[in-house]
Amino acid sequence: MTDLLRLATAGSVDDGKSTLVGRLLYDTKSVLADQMEAVERATHGGGDPDLSLLVDGLRSEREQGITIDVAYRYFATPRRSFVLADTPGHVQYTRNTVTGASTAQLAVLLVDARHGVVEQTRRHTAVMALLRVPRLVLAVNKIDLIDYDEATYLTIAKEFHEVAESLGYADDALVAIPVSARVGDNVVLPSERTPWYDGPTLLAHLEDVPVDGPDAEAPFRFPVQTVIRPRTADHPDYRGYAGLVGAGTARVGDPVVVLPDGQRTTIVGIDRFEGPQEVATAGESVVLRLADDLGVARGAVIAAAEDAPEPVTEFEATLAWLHEKPLVPGRRLLVKHGTHTVQAMITEVRDRLDVQTLERAPDPDGLEINDIGHVAITVAEPLPLDDYERVAATGAFLVIDPQAGDTLAAGMRM
Amino acid sequence: MSAVSVDFQTSSVSDATSLTPPHDQLDALESEAIHVMREVAGEFDRPVILFSGGKDSMLLVHLARKAFWPAPVPFPVLHVDTGHNFDEVIAFRDAVVERYGLTLEVASVQDYIDDGRLSERADGTRNPLQTTPLLDAIAEHRHDAVFGGGRRDEERARAKERIFSLRTAFGAWEPSRQRPELWNLYNGRHKPGEHVRVFPLSNWTELDVWRYIAREGIELPSIYYAHTRDVFARDGMWLTSGAWGGARDGEEVVTKTVRYRTVGDGSCTGAVESDATSLDEVLAEVRGSRLTERGATRADDRLSEAAMEDRKKEGYF
Ligand SMILES: Nc1nc2c(ncn2[C@@H]2O[C@H](COP(=O)(O)OP(=O)(O)O)[C@@H](O)[C@H]2O)c(=O)[nH]1
Repeated sequence: MTDLLRLATAGSVDDGKSTLVGRLLYDTKSVLADQMEAVERATHGGGDPDLSLLVDGLRSEREQGITIDVAYRYFATPRRSFVLADTPGHVQYTRNTVTGASTAQLAVLLVDARHGVVEQTRRHTAVMALLRVPRLVLAVNKIDLIDYDEATYLTIAKEFHEVAESLGYADDALVAIPVSARVGDNVVLPSERTPWYDGPTLLAHLEDVPVDGPDAEAPFRFPVQTVIRPRTADHPDYRGYAGLVGAGTARVGDPVVVLPDGQRTTIVGIDRFEGPQEVATAGESVVLRLADDLGVARGAVIAAAEDAPEPVTEFEATLAWLHEKPLVPGRRLLVKHGTHTVQAMITEVRDRLDVQTLERAPDPDGLEINDIGHVAITVAEPLPLDDYERVAATGAFLVIDPQAGDTLAAGMRM
Repeated sequence: MSAVSVDFQTSSVSDATSLTPPHDQLDALESEAIHVMREVAGEFDRPVILFSGGKDSMLLVHLARKAFWPAPVPFPVLHVDTGHNFDEVIAFRDAVVERYGLTLEVASVQDYIDDGRLSERADGTRNPLQTTPLLDAIAEHRHDAVFGGGRRDEERARAKERIFSLRTAFGAWEPSRQRPELWNLYNGRHKPGEHVRVFPLSNWTELDVWRYIAREGIELPSIYYAHTRDVFARDGMWLTSGAWGGARDGEEVVTKTVRYRTVGDGSCTGAVESDATSLDEVLAEVRGSRLTERGATRADDRLSEAAMEDRKKEGYF
């Protein structure tokens, strides 16, 4: 059996991210002949194919010489399949990094070994920490350009550990690997030029690292997507609640509470197309049947009875502002939490995080694109919000523009 | 309904499957796709599944059956029919529709050519002509969400495609209006006349698709499996003759054992030489393949490297 690891990459311009991702695809043979031919055709002046071209983006971006959007790449080894969110660190850096980080179980941050940990590295690490990406890898790239010098690598690795640990990462969630994306050292194959390094190659680490899925140990959370009522001859009275288990584990017989109303009932069935099952865990799409007909509809959250969030109409949250249109407090907005969209208003912007110094500036006028800030929100209907750090699936929400429909911000209750 | 009887190509679920513990990679992709389909059912009024009878659209139908079971699939299916079909595929399409009680809508390129709304291209290829009938059908049925089988691994232009891809009233895809997609919270808001293309298979690779087809025993049209066929070489592909014409002067017709990796407009969908007559053999072949399915089989994608991007802006799939 192979499993799936979702990862994100981030780095400053020219650190070699495109080359590194291209190298991973190339060395895992995830590049097929026709794609490789296209790259060889596009490589200027002959010579070794420029692997960064494998991950080249849309033509308009190509023409401007910039990459401005998250791109998804796929590669696989016999042991694991990988979905890689390639987040460019240019103009819209926070927007892209937040987007990539939101689904990532691991992030690979890049630095140029000649420059070491820079502002952008701190910024990316801070965003990964904010979004609770469970594990980080620092790829110390262009190790060939510092003559494979161990001391330089050790200095960079130490500084990275200090930065990440100050943001809450445990030592065993962090790895720093000396690589050369261009030459291939320690990306897929171990390098003879770094005899002082006895850790894994980047790919070996990605294959071995435990996959931190949605938390199966967390309290059970199940946003209801749709009600299944076939009313067919075979199933005249069937009524089930379809959804994806956001967190935790449910068993037939478990007491649950339906939020925001708060009625208690019991799970009497967990169904899938293949048949009934006893248990459902985080990440599984299933249908739940309940002991009582409580008029449960889309938007409700079914939660563990003994550990359920208190529905709230006023709460504080951290927002990552993603849209050119700035946040103006007091304007009418929408919040999408789980499967429920409600009217909302941001009443106050408490502070704005300076992602470079990691200091919080109090009482800003609002938030602009790529800003991260702490806000107070009022919603028109109670929402069963968790603390994001405890249960990400029901601690996260979107802020949406009711007129244009655009996604304005990523929100986390904290 | 077609009277043709169809031999469903089924495979037995392989032994490995029954031993597979939950939460392997295919389970994760399946749960994600089902979640996407249920979000669409919850947030849109008139969704439709694009359905050609090909493997990706069969996968969508299969996932939709799973997502809403024991209720029937709550969406109709829409076939944009180029008129350049393989008979086996049309018969298969109709049999699937009947078997699962689906509602079939057909947008016919041939009708548009017959009444002059579209004219045949010089090269005879009809894939680029699908856009107008598709958009007209979406408008006529007031579909607000349109499921497609597109995957991000298909080519570079797709790598940044969203799972929920907003389209203007003209079907156009505007990069700057695409929304960031965070966690598994999809934003399907759209204005009247706009619609959202939804790609539940975004994170699948071609190999995942075949492994899943094998695991689930999903039936496919027979042309996906090796068979003998009269073919001729053009643009580095094996093409076959049909309603769209045949070999030109100097193109020699030969009999080969081939199969198709995609089904589409017969005039520009190439067969590949293959002896793979079973799902396991196809799977082994895909594993060892050196060409993407598009590179191997679609003449029109070779027009330019940016071909897909141009068509997306126009409202193609
Ligand atoms: N010497 C050396 N050059 C590298 C390495 N990785 C990338 N480069 C070069 O650094 C430049 C920027 O690389 P690119 O991958 O485009 O950077 P990106 O902007 O981070 O995507 C290119 O000229 C690469 O060839 C490396 O490991 N060693």
